[in-house]
Amino acid sequence: MTLKSLFTPAEMADAEFLSREQAKALADRVLSFAKADETRVTITTGWAGNTRFAGNEITTSGGTTDTVVTVTSSIGKRRASTSTNVLEDDSLKRTVELAERLARLSPEDPEAMPELGPQTYTPINGYFEKTAELTPEARATATQRVISVAEAEGKAAGNLFVAGFLQANARASAVATSKGLFAYHRGTDVDLSVTARTPDGTGSGWASNGARDWSLIDAASIGRIAAQKAVASRNPKAVEPGMWTVVLEPQAVADIMPQLIGTFNARANDEGRGTFSKTGGGTKLGEKIADERVTMFTDPYDPDLLGSPFDSDGLPLKRVVYIENGILKSFSYDRFWANKQGKQPTNSGGGGRGGGGGGGLKFAGGTKSTEELIAGCERGILVTHFFYIRSLDQRTVMLTGLTRDGTFLIEKGKITAAVKNFRWNESPLFMLSKIEEIGKAERTGAGQVMPSLRVKDFNFSSLSDAV
Amino acid sequence: MSPSRRDFLKTGAAAAAVLATPRVLSAAESQSLLTSPTPLITAPTAEPYVIELAAEALGAAKDAGASYVDVRIGRYRRQSVNTRERQITGVSDTESYGLGVRALVNGSWGFAATSAMTKEGVVKAAREAARIAKAAKAAQKRPVELAPTPPVKGTWMTPVKRDPVDVPIEEKVALLFAANEAALKVPGVRFVTSGMQLLREIKTYVNSEGTETTQTFIRVGPSFQATATGKGGFQSYSEELAPRASGWEYFQSIDMPGNAAKWANLAVEKTGARTVEPGRYDLILDPTNLWLTIHESIGHPTELDRAMGYEANYAGTSFVAPPEKQIGKLKYGTELMNIQADRTQPDSLALVAWDDEGVAADKWLIIEKGMFKDYQTTREQAAWIAPLTGVKKSHGCSFADSWDSVQFQRMPNISLLPGSRDIGLDDIVAATDRGIVIKNRGSWSIDHQRYNFQFSGQVFYEVKGGKIVGMLKDVAYQANTPVFWNAMDMIGGQKSYWLGGSFGDGKGQPSQSNSVSHGCVPARFKNVNIVNTGRGE
Repeated sequence: MTLKSLFTPAEMADAEFLSREQAKALADRVLSFAKADETRVTITTGWAGNTRFAGNEITTSGGTTDTVVTVTSSIGKRRASTSTNVLEDDSLKRTVELAERLARLSPEDPEAMPELGPQTYTPINGYFEKTAELTPEARATATQRVISVAEAEGKAAGNLFVAGFLQANARASAVATSKGLFAYHRGTDVDLSVTARTPDGTGSGWASNGARDWSLIDAASIGRIAAQKAVASRNPKAVEPGMWTVVLEPQAVADIMPQLIGTFNARANDEGRGTFSKTGGGTKLGEKIADERVTMFTDPYDPDLLGSPFDSDGLPLKRVVYIENGILKSFSYDRFWANKQGKQPTNSGGGGRGGGGGGGLKFAGGTKSTEELIAGCERGILVTHFFYIRSLDQRTVMLTGLTRDGTFLIEKGKITAAVKNFRWNESPLFMLSKIEEIGKAERTGAGQVMPSLRVKDFNFSSLSDAV
Repeated sequence: MSPSRRDFLKTGAAAAAVLATPRVLSAAESQSLLTSPTPLITAPTAEPYVIELAAEALGAAKDAGASYVDVRIGRYRRQSVNTRERQITGVSDTESYGLGVRALVNGSWGFAATSAMTKEGVVKAAREAARIAKAAKAAQKRPVELAPTPPVKGTWMTPVKRDPVDVPIEEKVALLFAANEAALKVPGVRFVTSGMQLLREIKTYVNSEGTETTQTFIRVGPSFQATATGKGGFQSYSEELAPRASGWEYFQSIDMPGNAAKWANLAVEKTGARTVEPGRYDLILDPTNLWLTIHESIGHPTELDRAMGYEANYAGTSFVAPPEKQIGKLKYGTELMNIQADRTQPDSLALVAWDDEGVAADKWLIIEKGMFKDYQTTREQAAWIAPLTGVKKSHGCSFADSWDSVQFQRMPNISLLPGSRDIGLDDIVAATDRGIVIKNRGSWSIDHQRYNFQFSGQVFYEVKGGKIVGMLKDVAYQANTPVFWNAMDMIGGQKSYWLGGSFGDGKGQPSQSNSVSHGCVPARFKNVNIVNTGRGE
C-alpha cells in the first residue's frame, strides 16, 4: 500500500498532537486542494490518557491519539462540511471534493457569512507539562494514593468501595481559511473524580476537581472528602420534600448554572422567543434579572479559566459579561446576527470547556466559605452535587434532576443528619433571585469557576431511595 | 456497492452460515434472498492491509508480555442532513479510521488507540497498551479472567437493500423538504425541522485466541418536529421515528412526506390542550413512550457492571444488587412482565453477529413472569454470577463505540414481550375508567440506582369512562421502579408490538454512546403519580 502523506510514518506515530508548524503545513496542504470560493480548515489534534478505577483497583485505562481535519467549503452562499482523520493526500483530496460537492448541492444559506481573513490573537498559555506528562505509571500511582487515603479515612465504616476516574488531555486546535487566517492554540486539562461507598450500601460520597494544570489538583484531598462524605451519609433519614433552603457546594452550582448560557443568545431574545424577551417587543437587557451580588461572565484570558483565544470560525474570543451585579449586561452574538444588528460578534462556533463556549465560565464569588454558609442556615439541605439534569421548559430554564452522594440536613447552622436524596424541579434563573448568600468561588473544572450558594425555596419535588 | 452475481452467491452461502447464530434463515427465506429482485448487500471482507496491521499490533502486544490481546480496526462514516422549513441547516459527512488494541498483562487491562495507520503507529499503540496494563498492577486486587468462547472466523453485515450512505444527497434533501412542505400546509404550523442521521461502520476484530471477524453495520435515524401557534401559545410535536439497523428502504417504509401533515396536526392540536391536574391516574403508555422507560428502569439496572459498582463514579450503581440477593428473588413486576435481551432481533440497533469480544449474539430472559432472572454480561463478568445463574458463557454484551474507545459491557436490545391476549391500545383505553395516555418520548430523568424516575411525553390524552375525551399538556409521571412495574395490570398482544430505540445511550468514563432498541407493547399502570411540569406561574 503506497501512501502519499505530508508526514512520515515515524512522525505520525511519534506526534501526540501536531505542532503549530505541522498544523500550518497540514492546513496549507488541504487548502491547496480546494477549488471552492472560500474554504475553512479546522484541525483538532491531541492525546488523551485515562485511568478508571472501581472496587479499589484499576479496571480500565487507556491512551489515544487522533487528529481530525474538518473542511468547510463555500460556493456563493452554499456551504457544507466534511471531516476525516486519514491524513494521506488521497483522503484529504476526497474530503475537500466531497465538501465542495455537498456545498454545490445545498440550497443557498441566506445567513452564510464570509470566511474571516487574518486576525490578531493574544496568546493564552493553557498548556502545562505536568498534565501532558501524566503517564500511565503516574496515573496509576495517583490512583493508588487516592484509594489508600479513602480506605484509611473511611475505616470506621468498614472497607469502603472506592471508584473513580482520572483523565488528562493535551490537545491543540487550529483554524485556517483560504482568505489567509491562521490560528493555533494548545492546551491541557485534567479531571479527577472519586466516589466512595460504605460496605452496608447506605452511604455514598463524591468529590471532584479539574484544572489545566495537574499540579493544582490535590488528589489525596479528593479521596479524603469522598470517603468522609460516604461515612457521614450512612443511614439517611427521609425528610419531607417541598420548598427548602439549600446550601449548594460549588460542584452542585457547576452542575446547573452553565445551563443558563443558552439563554444569553441575542437572536432568540431579539426575535421574541428568548428567556429575556419582553411581551410586546424588546428585551430585558440593562434590567435587573438577579440578586445584585450576581456577576457571571466568560473570558478566555481570565487566569482561572485559560480558554481558547478563538472559536471554530477563527473569531477572536473576548470577555463577555452576561450578568453584572444582577443586571442583564450583554448577550452573545454570532457573526450573522451581530452584523444584522450592528453589534460586535462574540462567538460563532463552539469548543472549549466549562460551559461558556471556548472562553470558559466564571460566576464571581463572595468571601464566605461553604462552612460559613452552613453556619448561617437555620434549617436547610446541604447538596454535594446533582445528577441526571434534564430540561422541562427551555424558556424558563426549568430543570429536573436529583441530588447525589452526600445530602445532609442542616439545623441551627449545623449538619445534623444524612437525608435521603431528592428529585427536584427548579430553574437556575429563578434561583438567582432567591439567593441568601454567595460563598467563595473556586475552580470546579478546567475553564470553570463557581461559588457555593445558599438559596431559599428550592423545590424538592419527591424522594429517591437511591444511595 | 454492487456485488456481482458470483460474489453474491458466494457470500449468500457464507452469510447463511454466519446468520445461523443470530437469526436462523428458513429455507424459504434463503430462497427469497437468492431470487429477490433487490437483494441484500453482500457483507464486505477486510482489506488485506487491515489484517496485516491487526497482526502487527497483536504480535507487538504479545511481545510486550500480554497473555491475551484483541485488536479492533474501525472505519466509520457518519452523515447527517438537517433541514428547517425550506432550507438546509446542516449537512455533514465525517470519516474516522483507526485501531484500538486491548492487552491483558498479569490479569490487568491496558488499552491504546491510534489513527496513525502504519506499522510504526500500531506497534507503538500496542506497546502502550501493554505498558498501561503493567502500570495498573500497582492497584490490582483480582486478576481478570475471561469466560471461554470458541474462536470464530467470518463476515457479517446488517441486512440492507440500499446503503443509505451511498444515496445521493439530492434524494435525501428532497425527501426531507417534501415532508416539511406537507407540514407547512397545515394551518397554524409555523416551523418544521426534519433530519436524518446515517452510519456505516466497518469493524474488523482479531484476538489472540484465533478469532477474526469483519462486520459492517448500517444504522439510520430520521427525525421530524413541527411547531404550531394557537391560543395556548407555541407548541411543538416530535414524532417518535425510531432509529433502526436498516437501509434506505426504512425511509421509504415510514413515508415522512405522506405522514407529515398528520404529525403537524398534532402540534396544532396541542395548542388547545388543557394543563393537567396533578394526582393519581391509571397510566396507559404507548410503545412510543414505554420503550424509553424500559431502557432506563430495566435496561440500566440489569447491567452487571453497574450492579457491581463499576459505574459508581458516573452513571451510578443499581438497586438490583447484590446479585446473590436478587437473582430468582426480586419481584421486579407483575406476572405479565417478561423481559428479553436479544442481539439477534431483526432491524434492532444492537443487532450483531458477534460482540466486541468475538462472542456470538445471544438471546435470553432478564425477567420471567415478573421475577428477576439474569444480568447482561461480558467475558470478564460471566464467572461473577455463573454459580447463581448456571450460565458459564458470556451473554455477548461487549461493545465499544469507536476504534478509540475501550470495549465494556453495553446494553443489548431489551424488550417487553407481548401478552397472550392479542389486544391493542384502544382495547386498554376502553377498559379504563380514569386515566391518561402518553405517546412518544419527552423529558426524562432517573436516579443513579434507577429507583425514582420522572418521564414525560409528546402528547397526552385524558381517558374517562373508557374513552379519550381530550388532550392534556404539562404531564409527567413520577414513580419508583419496582412499584411501577408491579402496578402493570394490562398489556397489549403481538399486533401492538413496536420497536423503539436510541443512538444516544451514554455510559462509562470517558463517556461512550451505544445504540440500542427496545420493543414493547402498550401497557397500563395503576394509580401512578402525575406531576404538572408547567412553569408554575
